[in-house]
Parts: sequence; structure tokens; C-alpha cells
Amino acid sequence: MTRKRRRLYFLLFGMAGLGIAVALVLAAFRDNLVFFYSPSEILAKHVAPDRRIRVGGLVEEGSLVKKADGLTVTFRITDRAHEIPVTYKGALPDLFREGQGVVAEGHLRANGNFQASEVLAKHDEKYMPPEVVKALKKAGRWKENESTMPKGPPS
Amino acid sequence: MIAEIGHFALGLALILACAQAFFPLAGAARGRVLWMNVAEPAAVGQFAFVAVAFACLTYLYIVSDFSVATVAENSNSALPLLYKIAGTWGNHEGSMVLWVLILSLFGMSVALFGGNLPPQLRARVLSVQGMIAAGFLLFIVLTSNPFLRLVPVPANGRDLNPLLQDPGLAFHPPFLYLGYVGFSMAFSFAIAALIEGRVDAAWARWVRPWTLAAWCFLTLGIAMGSWWSYYTLGWGGWWAWDPVENASFMPWLAGTALLHSAIVTEKRDALKSWTILLAILTFSLSLIGTFLVRSGVLTSVHSFANDPARGLFILLLLGVAIGGSLFLYALRAPRLKSGGLFSAISREGSLVLNNFLLAVGAATVFIGTLYPLFLDSIGGDKVSVGPPYFNATFVPLMVPMILVMGIGPMLSWKRADLAGALSRLKLAAAVSIVVAFAAFIFATHGSVLAYGGIALAMWLLAATLIEFADRIRLFRVDWRDSLRRAAALPRAAYGMTIAHAGLAIVIAGITVSSAWRIESIQVMRPGDSVNVAGYTFTLNGVTETQGPNYTANQARFTVTQDGKPVAVMLPEKRLYPVQGMPITAAAIRTNGLFDLYATLGDKTGDGWTTRIYFNPLIPWLFGGAVIMFLGGLVSLSDRRYRIGAPTRKRALAAGARASA
Repeated sequence: MTRKRRRLYFLLFGMAGLGIAVALVLAAFRDNLVFFYSPSEILAKHVAPDRRIRVGGLVEEGSLVKKADGLTVTFRITDRAHEIPVTYKGALPDLFREGQGVVAEGHLRANGNFQASEVLAKHDEKYMPPEVVKALKKAGRWKENESTMPKGPPS
Repeated sequence: MIAEIGHFALGLALILACAQAFFPLAGAARGRVLWMNVAEPAAVGQFAFVAVAFACLTYLYIVSDFSVATVAENSNSALPLLYKIAGTWGNHEGSMVLWVLILSLFGMSVALFGGNLPPQLRARVLSVQGMIAAGFLLFIVLTSNPFLRLVPVPANGRDLNPLLQDPGLAFHPPFLYLGYVGFSMAFSFAIAALIEGRVDAAWARWVRPWTLAAWCFLTLGIAMGSWWSYYTLGWGGWWAWDPVENASFMPWLAGTALLHSAIVTEKRDALKSWTILLAILTFSLSLIGTFLVRSGVLTSVHSFANDPARGLFILLLLGVAIGGSLFLYALRAPRLKSGGLFSAISREGSLVLNNFLLAVGAATVFIGTLYPLFLDSIGGDKVSVGPPYFNATFVPLMVPMILVMGIGPMLSWKRADLAGALSRLKLAAAVSIVVAFAAFIFATHGSVLAYGGIALAMWLLAATLIEFADRIRLFRVDWRDSLRRAAALPRAAYGMTIAHAGLAIVIAGITVSSAWRIESIQVMRPGDSVNVAGYTFTLNGVTETQGPNYTANQARFTVTQDGKPVAVMLPEKRLYPVQGMPITAAAIRTNGLFDLYATLGDKTGDGWTTRIYFNPLIPWLFGGAVIMFLGGLVSLSDRRYRIGAPTRKRALAAGARASA
């Protein structure tokens, strides 16, 4: 085999491999991209039920209800313009609290309820997920003084 | 005063780094030995000044000097000493200083131990190191000064994030950085080689130990982070394909590829430009990883600030470093002449395939990690890419890689006999099929993927051991003769066997723990019992306890099996009052084969939410990673690295120094 020919084979092999990889990536993207919506967007756009999505906003004050089994909870996520009811079964994260930022992943049911399979409330009680900040800003309910991470120590 | 000394030292280090970047490079280009000689004292001095700055910062944290802003924001007088020290790098500013400290440590070691390098190569390598250091020091001084004073001085600090108050995480960043920054050596050598326009075996032999050391540290650093997330995040997960995790995983993949392609460059004088490209890419991914995690682009426990000035500087730095080096590569790489020819079926061929799969794997992770950021920055939809994407793209790429990993070491250099190698691996194939089949018969439930994973792990382990047995001709010659052969094997061979076996153990751990974990979430009242995997967990009660800087509810579980007591487990729900932050502290009972894992949740009525897991083979996952690390260390201790590696130009180098 000449040098040129061998190089050609390597090249062809590499292209074929890359092609497979690209196909894998595209297929995985089509099925596994999880879009993020605010409650207002969900109500405005018609998100297909069964599609895996994320909803973010604040946990509405006074909306958290624990069911009798002690594990199922319902609460509402709000962007202070609209809200959406959420059902979740499982242990809530440590930092889940009413009035604070939250992101829930799951799917919409036909009745407009959101069935969450995962609830994310991240690592700092003053922290607000940037998606949530954006959603609140979009809904025009963002007060600038609620910074995502207050700088400086408490006085 | 101490803060000002630290700040001043950073400034001096920056000036030295600039000198180190300019003079040796110019000197090497013009043949001015005097200018080239600037490199050594500059590198040593730069390390000294950065060390002074780092020591000052650590001191400020230890004495809790809250007049310094970063200390006030990330420490507290009630913090245990270990976490006061760890707080030094538990924030953006401090972690950047640690980064530069490690960088200048590596730079200094080239200056001190690189005596047998050709002087021009050494000057150029140190110059590139100086450029990297200058960029980072400038970044620190301009946008992330850790010594900034605060007026008025607060009475106490805002505390270190309680999630970071953990021994595993205290040492996770230093190891990760030793890995990231270690790859800067390969990068500097690559740039120097591009400037010189030559790459030879001696060059590769110099690059390999640095890459290997970086790889070892990075492996350990990633394993530590994964272990931490396993026992502190309270749901027993050890890897979530989170962007922050991917940020450290991408350089690891590229670095692993580099490690192997450098072997081909050293032994066979081939794949030169690919090795150079990998060296550039690996460090570029390390840079991206550092910034992705620290800049606040990604939101996680790691991101400390969202400062647009920093973001711009970071983009600029990344653009110059990555763009510049790739431009140089495009300009110079065609000039690199490749030597050794090899056929597709050969050791080199298998390493090429392995490199290709690792590189493509890293690319799929890269796309999945950065696509959401990209889409967001062009004003598109908000999306997230989760584990299903990575399982669908990355895992299929790794399957052929593991298969080839079993075969590759059996092939000879240049041209190999594939049929012969395969026939020697018949036993490995048989063992892996038998074990997977046994798992199928004995395990109650499991997917095809799970049995496939078991077969793959077994294949790799058996093939690795067979290769080793072949080398010492076990059972084919007298056992004493085999022992003698084993003693004569180079440490690098042992290192490979150990590291590859370690990966097999990791794969077994990953497969079994994800396929057969048992999870049980329930509300329990004191006296209630729950049965998980044949173990009965009885909640005796929940009491309030007091930690050094937190209060906690502590549950007491008595675990029995068939009525016999096995363990008492004490998971806690802690509250750190300074940040008002609750933390779940899991209780873990391990026996090397499986973990029993219990956490305490919120109070629900008169009971408590509890989560109990049975995690089979999880200890293998972390143990296997440590074995890979040890394999790297064994290989690093190989004789040929210890006795002055490159022999090509020793005489020449000595001559040049004599004339200097």
C-alpha cells in the first residue's frame, strides 16, 4: 500500500467515524433537548404534553401542600404574572422554600398540571437560577434590588 | 499590611512573568544566550512571589481578617481551621491565585530540572509558561483582586458555603488544578516545538511524564469531586453530566488521548502533528473548564460571581490563547515531518483508533455542554442538555474503545498479526460472556445494557491480565523464569496494566451501581422499619445535636439482617446558621462490595421523610479510579524518566552551556 493510499484510507475511516458521531449527536439532540419555559410562556405557547420540559419561577407563597402519604407535594410556580400548578412525588431538595427560585423538570398533563420528575433548587438560599431571573424580567416582575447574589457581608 | 504585601507580590510576579515571556523567546530567536538565561531566575522568582501572595491570603483566612472582602464573604470566625484554610481557594479570587501558584510551580520545575533540555527549547518552553502566567496574573490583578479591602469592616464573615465544608471537597480543587495546570507543560512544549519546527522522540519523552503527572492528578481530582457529590448531595448520585463535571471531564478525555499519542511519537516517531494538536486542545479545554466553572456562566456550587468585566477578559484570554496557538499550529504543523510508517493493524493503529474515539467522545461532550450556552448567547431558546443526551452519544463511542483497549496492547508495533492476538484473547472473550451470562441468571432484573457493561468490564480486565501474563510468559516457562521476567518488566508496563485494570473495575462499578441500585423513600415514625435489599432499617429516633458551627437533627437507624445487627447509621440534617442553609449529611456503611446509604429529610407530621439506598459496587467505582491514579504513578516512576530522559542532545546541551 502506498503512503498516499493509506492516508486516503485513514481519511475515509475518519470521515465515516465522524459521520456516525454527528448522527449520534443530532439524534440525541432531537430527543433529549429539554426546553425551559416560564409559566407565562407555557400558557401563551401550546407546549405538547409528554414533551420533557423545564419550568422555572418562584414557589408561590402559601401554595405548598403535602399530601397524606407525606411524599407527594403540590405547589405553584409563578413568575408573578401567571402561575402553574405542579405535582411532585419524592423528597424535595434542602433549599426548596416558598417564595424562592425553583426549576422543575417534567411534563405537562392534559389538565394543565405540571407533573415534575425532578425539582431543582440550587445551592444557596440567596441564589436565584438565572433562567428564573430572566423569566421574571420577561414578565416584568423583576425588582433590580433582588440581585442574584448580594455582594458584601451583612451589615 | 499583610494584604498589601500579598497584593504587591502579585504585581511583582506579573512583571517577572512578562519578562519571562519576552526575553527568553527573543533570545532564542536571535541566539542571545544572555536573554535566554533570564528564563531561569524569572521562573524561580515568579514562583516565590506568587507563593508569598498565596501565603498572605491563607494567613488572612486563618486569622479571619474580615477587613479583606474575599475573607468576609467566604469565611467565618466559627469555621473549623481546615475549612478556613480551604476557604482560601473556595472562591473565585482565591482559586485563581491557587491556579497561578501551581502554574509557577510547574514553570519553576522546568527551570530547575530541565538542565538536560536543549537550551533553546527550554527557553521557549519557559517563555510560553511566562505568557500563560502573565495572562492569569493580569486577570487577577485587574478583575479579581483577592486582597481588596472592605470599609466598614464587618463584625463577622458570611461563611464558607456549607456544601464546601467537607474534607473531600477541601482537596478537590487543588488536585483538579494540578491536573489542569499540569497540561500547560504539554502545551508549552508543543508551542515551543512549533516555533522550533521540530518534534522528535526526545521531545515526546520530555512531554510524557508531565502529561502523565497531570493526568494522575486530574483523575484523582475528578474522582474526589464525584465521591463528594455521592455522599453530600443526598441522593447518592455520583455523576450527573452537569456542565461543571463535564468541564473537568473534557480535558481528561483529551489528556488521555494525548498520553497515548505521545507514546507513538516517542517510540515510533509518528503522529507528531496530531500529538501537538492534542497538547494544544487538552490545555485549551483545561482553560475553558477553569473559566466555565469559575466565571459564573454556569450556575452551580462552583460559580461565585457574575461580573461582566470578568467575562470579557476571560473571552479575550481564551481567544488569544486558543486562537493564537491554533493559528501557529496551522502555520507550522505542515512542516513537521512524520517518520515511522505503520500499517492499520498495529499497535500504532490501535492507538490511533483509541485517540480518534476519545477525541470524538470529548467533542460530543463539548457540544452537549456548550450548546445551551451558545443558543442562549445568540438569543435563542433556553434549553438544557441532560444525561440522556450523553448516554446516547458518549457511551456508544466508548464501547468500541474498550474493545480495542483489550486488543491494542497485544499488537506489535508497525505491523501486527490480528488473528494471532485475537486467538490469544479467546479466553478473555469466553470469560466475559460467561460472567455476563452468570449475572443474567443470578440477577433478578437488569437490562441488556447492564449485562453488556458487565461483559465489557470483564473483557477489559481479562484481556489486560492475559497481556500481562503473556509478557512474563506465565505457565509457558518455569514460574521462576516468569518471576524473573516480571521483575525485569519496566514500570511503565506495570503502570499500563494497573491503570487499564482500574478502568475495568470502574466500568463494573458504573454498570452494576446504576442497574441494580435500590431506592426507598418513605415517611417513618420512630420505631418504624423498612426493608431494603434484605436489610431491615429501624428508625430508633431523631435527636438534636450540635456541630462545631451547625446544629443538626440526627436520626439513629439500627440495621439488621435476618435479625442479626449489622450497623448503626446516623444520618443528619444540618442547619448552618450563618447562611441559614440546610445540608443533608448522609450516613454510609460500606463493605467494599456495596454501600448502605441513608439520609434524613424533613419532618412530616409526626414522622420524618427518610431515603434509604442499596448501592452495589459503588466502592469499586471510586476504588477503580484510585487504582487508575496509582497505575499512573507507577508508570511515572519508570526508570527512564528518572535517569535524565532525553539523551539526544545531552552532549550538545552541555556544550552550549559551557560556551554560555
